Amino acid sequence: MSVLLFTFIVLTGAFIAGLVGALTGLGGGVIIIPLLTLLLKVDIHYAIGASIISVIATSSGAAATYVKEGITNVRIGMFLEIATTVSAIVGAVVTIFVDPDYIAVIFGIVLVFSALMMLKKKNEHTDDKPADRLAVLLRLDGRYPANGEWKYYQVHHVAGGFLMMFVAGLISGLLGIGSGALKVIAMDNIMKIPFKVSTTTSNFMMGVTGAASAIVYFHRGQIDPGIAMPVALGVLSGSILGARLLIRVQTDKLKLFFAVVVLFLASQMIYNGLTDGL
Amino acid sequence: MKNVNINRSGDRDIQLILGALLRVGIISSMSVVFVGALIYLFFHYRDLVNYAKFDPAQAPKGSIGEILSGLTTGNGESVIQMGILLLIFTPVLRILFSIFGFMIERDYLYVLIGVFVLTVILFGLSNKLMV
Repeated sequence: MSVLLFTFIVLTGAFIAGLVGALTGLGGGVIIIPLLTLLLKVDIHYAIGASIISVIATSSGAAATYVKEGITNVRIGMFLEIATTVSAIVGAVVTIFVDPDYIAVIFGIVLVFSALMMLKKKNEHTDDKPADRLAVLLRLDGRYPANGEWKYYQVHHVAGGFLMMFVAGLISGLLGIGSGALKVIAMDNIMKIPFKVSTTTSNFMMGVTGAASAIVYFHRGQIDPGIAMPVALGVLSGSILGARLLIRVQTDKLKLFFAVVVLFLASQMIYNGLTDGL
Repeated sequence: MKNVNINRSGDRDIQLILGALLRVGIISSMSVVFVGALIYLFFHYRDLVNYAKFDPAQAPKGSIGEILSGLTTGNGESVIQMGILLLIFTPVLRILFSIFGFMIERDYLYVLIGVFVLTVILFGLSNKLMV
């Protein structure tokens, strides 16, 4: 395949990934890695390197908006980044020794999980239960703007959330994805942070976590300019358009549709991994 | 229970500046990648891609020295890599900036946390992890 055609296909695919990502909350890697490996027969290690670039680009792009609105809790993000950066580097160092077929299977499982998480009902916990002692010590409790007034929230189970973040970072470094679904589990389900805050803060953290593994991939030569270029440009322009459309589009049906798409991609990745197809 | 002191006003300013910083990082890195893309495509559009096998021993290692020397000769791939590096360093710069912000607020616990996170990332940069 010529460079021109390859660039065009990846640019288009990445644009769609960015668009869908902004509309449904799915990370770019979820679409980009199957596109590169299954369709274009790119080695999964190259796909991982390109995917992490899409994670950093969308995270920084979205975080720029959310941080400004004051929804993101910078303290929670910074504190949990201790866990995610350390484990992301561990994952990024280890990934090269893992057989591509195993990576494909792990990736498939994470995809199934992300699809299910996307469909799960979101709840806005704001309760007056006393906060965790660690949360008080770290001053993690915060507030966010909702319907023109401040909503206050307490943070619970800090240690448990921290451990879960370690897993999220490890998966992120292994697979080159943001592992947003796992981050939201840590913050939403374990630490009981309101959904709006946990999604934006998880997004905010992804850039730093991604940068930690990207540096390792970069040194190794895993980030090829010929693949990373269309991925970065495509994903970013797609996500900008998606963010604009988001205000006008009803996303419920879209989410259901893409959950099915992602489940299909997951089955393909797992099947190819199990049959030495990659 | 409604503790108004939780997010002090200083946090707000930091967040505004952080937002601007992230935007500048994205715009500048993507512009560089775009310029690199044009040069790269102009010279290589008819070449054949070969990404079927990643071999860590064969793959050209990303090093800042090589990228800089590639920039002086107008090498498209080097320009793209430069843009990618700017993108990678945008969140790193964000941490550095948050550390200063917390320092101004005299929130030394978070200065420490920030320095730790930055150290972890810079450790990755030091090339000690390549096996």
